[in-house]
Amino acid sequence: MADYDSGSLPDLLPLYYRRLFPFGLYGRWLRYGDVTKNYFQRREFSFTLRDDIYVRYQSFNTPQELEKEIQKMCPYKIDIGAVYSHKPIQHNTVHMSAFQAQEKELVFDIDMTDYDDVRRCCSSADICSKCWTLMTIAIRIIDRSLVEDFGIKHRLWVYSGRRGVHCWVCDDSVRKWSSTLRSAAVEYLTVVKGGGETIKKVVLLENIHPFIRKSIDVIKEYFEEYALVGQDILGSKESYEKVLALKNHDSLQRWNILKKQKFSKTPVRSLFQFSNLTLQTKQRTEWEIMLQYCFPRLDINVSKGINHLLKSPFSVHPKTGRISVPIDLKKVDEFDPFTVPTISQLCHELDTIKSDEVDGKENGGETEGSRRIRDYRKTSLAPYVKVFEQFVEELESSQRGERLNVSDMQMDF
Amino acid sequence: LRFSARKRHLICMLRLKKQRRFTYPKCPSGIRSLQFYLTPPIENISLIEFESFAVDRLKLLKVVENLGVSMIKGTALYNQKLEAELKTLQFPYHALLENDYDRRRKDHISHFILRLAYCQTEELRRWFIQQELDLFRYRFTQLSEELTKRFLAYVNLAYDSVSTWVSMRGHERSLHKDGKNIKTSGPLLITSISTFHIQVPFSDSVDLVRVKRVYFYGGYAYVPQQDFLVILLNNYRTRLSKALAITARSLPIIQTDERLQPLLSHLSHAYVGPDYSIEKNIGKISLEQIDALSVKSFPPCMRQLHKALRENHHLRHGGRMQYGLFLKGIGKLDADKFDKGYAYNIRHSYGKEGKRTDYTPFSCMKIIMSNPPGQGDYHGCPFRHSDPELLKQKLQSYKIPPTGISQILDLVKGMHYQVACQKYFELTHDVSDIGFSLNHPNQYFVESQQLLGGVKEMKKEQRQPENSQPKYSNQKSVTTNSTLSSSNAPEEMELEGLEDYFAED
Ligand SMILES: [Zn+2]
Repeated sequence: MADYDSGSLPDLLPLYYRRLFPFGLYGRWLRYGDVTKNYFQRREFSFTLRDDIYVRYQSFNTPQELEKEIQKMCPYKIDIGAVYSHKPIQHNTVHMSAFQAQEKELVFDIDMTDYDDVRRCCSSADICSKCWTLMTIAIRIIDRSLVEDFGIKHRLWVYSGRRGVHCWVCDDSVRKWSSTLRSAAVEYLTVVKGGGETIKKVVLLENIHPFIRKSIDVIKEYFEEYALVGQDILGSKESYEKVLALKNHDSLQRWNILKKQKFSKTPVRSLFQFSNLTLQTKQRTEWEIMLQYCFPRLDINVSKGINHLLKSPFSVHPKTGRISVPIDLKKVDEFDPFTVPTISQLCHELDTIKSDEVDGKENGGETEGSRRIRDYRKTSLAPYVKVFEQFVEELESSQRGERLNVSDMQMDF
Repeated sequence: LRFSARKRHLICMLRLKKQRRFTYPKCPSGIRSLQFYLTPPIENISLIEFESFAVDRLKLLKVVENLGVSMIKGTALYNQKLEAELKTLQFPYHALLENDYDRRRKDHISHFILRLAYCQTEELRRWFIQQELDLFRYRFTQLSEELTKRFLAYVNLAYDSVSTWVSMRGHERSLHKDGKNIKTSGPLLITSISTFHIQVPFSDSVDLVRVKRVYFYGGYAYVPQQDFLVILLNNYRTRLSKALAITARSLPIIQTDERLQPLLSHLSHAYVGPDYSIEKNIGKISLEQIDALSVKSFPPCMRQLHKALRENHHLRHGGRMQYGLFLKGIGKLDADKFDKGYAYNIRHSYGKEGKRTDYTPFSCMKIIMSNPPGQGDYHGCPFRHSDPELLKQKLQSYKIPPTGISQILDLVKGMHYQVACQKYFELTHDVSDIGFSLNHPNQYFVESQQLLGGVKEMKKEQRQPENSQPKYSNQKSVTTNSTLSSSNAPEEMELEGLEDYFAED
């Protein structure tokens, strides 16, 4: 497999944008069925070019125009912004207060660095397959609530390319949400509270909200394997004390008794077996610990602003070279960030195809687009594009339903 | 004073005719002392009355603000104090009084005048809405059951009531509305049995959704009946903020009036202390110098941020904002560089292009009330956002004597965070009474510097009394610059290092 070297980006990006980036589906997604007038035209894109040159307020009349521009500029990173009242490219020509962000997908950003106080395997930007379980749990908890509680249909979960995941919530009604609604939704989805100065970050009330109860059910599926075996949170005195601190009840004595046992696989509850707490309190404390160690940690600032930009799906992560690929929710447990293709790997695969084909017949007269489809299907990007395709098709089928509804209503008149 | 008809009314108002008394318009609900202020007053009013009404309401809202920070809203003591204030300032204080025409008139008119003064910036709007909401909350809770019903009818908030219960078998759930089963399958969401809920759209229940006080299914929130006040406040907030936005659009018309404009501008400046964003560069300074300064003269929130920055060489967004603006405000961070680098980046990544006015140093209120620190954050107010145990340890490490620590912890327990910080100031500066009320971290710094430098300056510069202006005045200190110029090169390198920390990654 070709190793990624960020110095090679200028050579690889033209090839990637010409032959691999799924522009067709991408355009179909962001046009949203052209239901709202000039929706695509009023969408902001921003590009990070070489040497960290940042170009904001780009907008395009058609997806084809966007494609041409991207192929010309070869951005290191592509961000998607809001749909504005005017074409963003004209933002300097309209009066400042008239130029307003009107709609955007509701987005979530979950970043592994926010779990540093409960990870023992890695820290900051590093991830490994052990702590990736945290992302799996996060996706399952948030996605369940989006669907069941909020009644949302269209979600695109994307690997950020390095150490986290993004979620794009695309339902028509949600794209219109105000920033107040967005932040309320994030707060609803938040259980772990307090900064570096708070020890106990989860406190459950007598009556546990159904959302939390269901989240605990999800965590339970992973907790023993992830926390007790993988992270071995009871494995050293230091991390054990950290767990124990969460019950406001420090006891070196208990540590000593437990040390004689094989504690590394003991359920957390047994930490309290010597105490005279009621069963209910023990249960609640155990849940609080599970939540503090595993519950998703969302960055509210990313979600609440309508005009906040977020890295686009299928953009390349400049530091790792990995593509921001959509995650298949049906196989979320199998998703492995380390098998996500890098741009150099993909280009290498393309070269191999090319050299195979030189031996075969010549392919004259093919259009660029159809060749691109054939190209990525032959690389390891294919399964991820497939996930994206399904997402776009479901979106389009509800848009068709919407249009039928509208025309039905007109028939009534 | 609705703005479709605003110009005419204002002109009427300002003709300064001898006041004619109309029959005061009756609220549709019959409740005259509580309203959503949907209809503007339609009478002429003298400029003198205009001003005195406005000033009184501003006083009232300031009281509401102070009570809200120092006490738990809705407690007996809070209600008692607020009622006393309403009496003193001649505003309606009891919902049932029928003979309080003058008070109701004053309430109505003064609300609309302050709308004019407080619609101009987002910050002003946010403040005004918050205080008006708290005032409304108090008044609403004073209503009798009968009046509550009438009020709800008046504001037209009749939602569907839904009785809910849970089938004990498995994950089944029913919601019944008017005897009809509206949803028969779906996940278990409501765990309490046979309670009465009100079905409201998400958008009307945001505040309850935030704190998980509702059950949520398919985009609808099911609100326990007793939590209805929150829904009501939300509805009021929405209406008020829309009304202010409309008022703001029509503001240019009013601003052409020479008599009104200074008055309104004076009113809108009255709610905050001095503007700490105008600070100029006092002199260049190195990270090490800030280390020392942070121990002597920084309030604990900034001392904590500085320490975190030194240890982690990085702060998350909230911390960079709070600390960066503070440093900029005290002139320790090159304002231009900061604006060009960090603020520029914020504007870009957070899409705030054009809202430069937002970048003024945060006040205590703002730090305490908004954007609480999350995972990996070090911003916020240590008195408000720390575990008491950690706060205690921190104060011990700051060498605060045990008696002082317990005094501070008591204040924190009573939620008097700013007073706790004031106490901290007294203890660290060895004064018994600081003689000012603390409401801004930059004020803390300036006062501290004055106190610490004051003694020395008095000795040194007795012959130059005109130079004894506080350092936050709008001038560059030449002396500081020249003393540092000899060792300029390394200092600047350090400074560059500092600014790097504030660059967005
Ligand atoms: Zn790891």
